[in-house]
Amino acid sequence: MVQHILVLASFLFSIGFMIIIVKRNAIMVLLGIELMLNASNLNLVAFNLFYPSHPDGQLFALFVIIVAVCEAAVGLAIILRVYHYYQTSVPDEINTLKD
Amino acid sequence: MMLIIYFFIGLAFLSALGILFIRNVFHGALLLLVCLMSIAGLYILLFAEFIAITQILIYAGGILVVIVFGIMLTSKLAGKPLIVTNNKWFAGSIISVPLVYLLVNFIYQKNFVQALSAKPPDTQWNSINLVGINFMTDYLLPFEVAGILLLMALIGAAVTASFKKNELLK
Repeated sequence: MVQHILVLASFLFSIGFMIIIVKRNAIMVLLGIELMLNASNLNLVAFNLFYPSHPDGQLFALFVIIVAVCEAAVGLAIILRVYHYYQTSVPDEINTLKD
Repeated sequence: MMLIIYFFIGLAFLSALGILFIRNVFHGALLLLVCLMSIAGLYILLFAEFIAITQILIYAGGILVVIVFGIMLTSKLAGKPLIVTNNKWFAGSIISVPLVYLLVNFIYQKNFVQALSAKPPDTQWNSINLVGINFMTDYLLPFEVAGILLLMALIGAAVTASFKKNELLK
């Protein structure tokens, strides 16, 4: 059972990586990052099943969730600013530092 | 029990693949919600109830709402769905496919399978109680630092996304 969870986590990680590279929209890149963070969380919780008296893996998963929340909030604020400045949310078209 | 686990695994995998192939950003966000909820179901089946509840609260209640706000604020023409195009399929697959091959190959190595099956998982323990005790004893400093980090992210996001007066007049 744990092996299948690990296989799912590796698939989710790779799909998230592919979304980050393939999609031409900054919000889709954020979705891919969320998917990769969830894959790592799934690994932590699955391995914590072997050490029931020490929930270290679950606590690490909770801290990863906290960091994911901060990343989503700040990332979306930056995307909004960049969109209002450049009138685009395609990461490839944003290639100047200052006007 | 095993049937429910495989149902959630298949649901998470299919919805993640759907995010990769779909072109509408809003539908992508909804598919991400399906994927995260099925992962929360897997957490419950892995005896991590607190993380499952946190996942549902934070991802469905927080991150998805923020992402939908972001989609609505960055679509150029109101009323039209935001369609994205895919490119660089070759670059994406040349990194992702070997990565997933290596990871799955490692998971099914002989020693690793033996190590996983040697110690069957326990099912009788109260995880929420243990998580609370550990947060207030061993992990107290990371807990406080996480609170400060959340406050900093809140202030930073509000300052970054707000508009100054002279920019509105411009």
